[in-house]
Amino acid sequence: MANEGTGALVRVVSEEEGTILTEWLGLLKSGGALQTGRIREAELQTQAKTVLGQLRDALASGGSNADLEAYATLRDTLGEISRSRAIQGFTPTDTANFVLSLKEPIFSSLSRSHANDAKTLAAAILSTSHLLDQLSLHTMEVFLQSREDVIGRQGQEIAELSTPVVRLWDGILALPLIGTLDSARTGVVMENLLQAIVDEEAEIAIIDITGVPTVDTLVAQHLLKAIAAARLMGADCIISGIRPQIAQTMVHLGVELNVVSKATLADAFALALRRTGRTVVRKQPVSPSAS
Amino acid sequence: MDRIPILKLGGVLIVTIQVDMHDRLALALEEDLTAKIASTGARGVLIEISALEIVDSFIGRMLDNIAAISRVLDAETVVVGMRPAVAITLVELGLELTGIKTALNVERGMAMMQARLHEDDEDGSARARYED
Repeated sequence: MANEGTGALVRVVSEEEGTILTEWLGLLKSGGALQTGRIREAELQTQAKTVLGQLRDALASGGSNADLEAYATLRDTLGEISRSRAIQGFTPTDTANFVLSLKEPIFSSLSRSHANDAKTLAAAILSTSHLLDQLSLHTMEVFLQSREDVIGRQGQEIAELSTPVVRLWDGILALPLIGTLDSARTGVVMENLLQAIVDEEAEIAIIDITGVPTVDTLVAQHLLKAIAAARLMGADCIISGIRPQIAQTMVHLGVELNVVSKATLADAFALALRRTGRTVVRKQPVSPSAS
Repeated sequence: MDRIPILKLGGVLIVTIQVDMHDRLALALEEDLTAKIASTGARGVLIEISALEIVDSFIGRMLDNIAAISRVLDAETVVVGMRPAVAITLVELGLELTGIKTALNVERGMAMMQARLHEDDEDGSARARYED
């Protein structure tokens, strides 16, 4: 019975490809696929035509199971379309509908050609439905996977962007931290800091946490680890940029940093200069009119 | 090599560790160093470990012990040239070596030591004058 249904499906798809394509495109357009302006009509048409052509070829060479070898090309094409849609910012509904809306035109073609054979019609509709569901699930899987890839890449980029080590002066480094500190990021921060201490022969490292939104016990512990490691290398650390609210939270939580801390990076830098035996001197009087 | 050489430079003893430390070597170093501090009356110990790539908790503990022993014998310990990877490992092991002074390289370590010896001398001479 299933074979009978598949046979009917293969015949209908190859004989009425043109009609199905037109109806499908009509549905896609009325479903609002073009309204968002993310895709042009010509492009949509090409995609639909390719998918339908490959579906026909796959059906002709094998059964109606989307896991078969014959469907590999079709799966790849759908994956490609899905990936590009994920990047273009399509909604999951739009993407799923692209495949699912193919059901209706095929169903109506099937019922036209098998109007007198209810048994074959039912079997054919069942296998069509099954096949397209499988394909649509595959599409969704690729869609989600691409989205996740994008998120993962962004996370990595943020991690790379937000851990620079800046040389302020001979032997004085600054490490402006931005974003939440977790153990993975602390590892990167620590390695960067220690390597910079070696490269620059730094005596003092200023860790600026103006951009760290919260400091809980865990973050404090991570900071202390970095500071202890820097001390083992022979460099002193100064913490700067603890915001008032964070200072309050830290005290309420009982977090103790036990290191030199300054309110602003400027204060910390001044202290670092003093410790390395330097002073900043103004060469001109404060205001010319006063002198 | 079953002994690590200890060099004397002025009032400072210098040890450079250039082989992978194993436990027996560490114990021998601890013993030799203690004897040498006592016999020379050294005021400082400088341990250079830039060639040390692998540390474990035992070596970390040994560094701590050497510092404690030296302090008892009135000498100050400075560890210089620790590699980033070694520093991270020690911190992850929970050995923060708070009793030890550290410096980035031998030059800085010696400067630190000289400053301390100088300070001590001034204190000493001041006290001597006061006692006179």
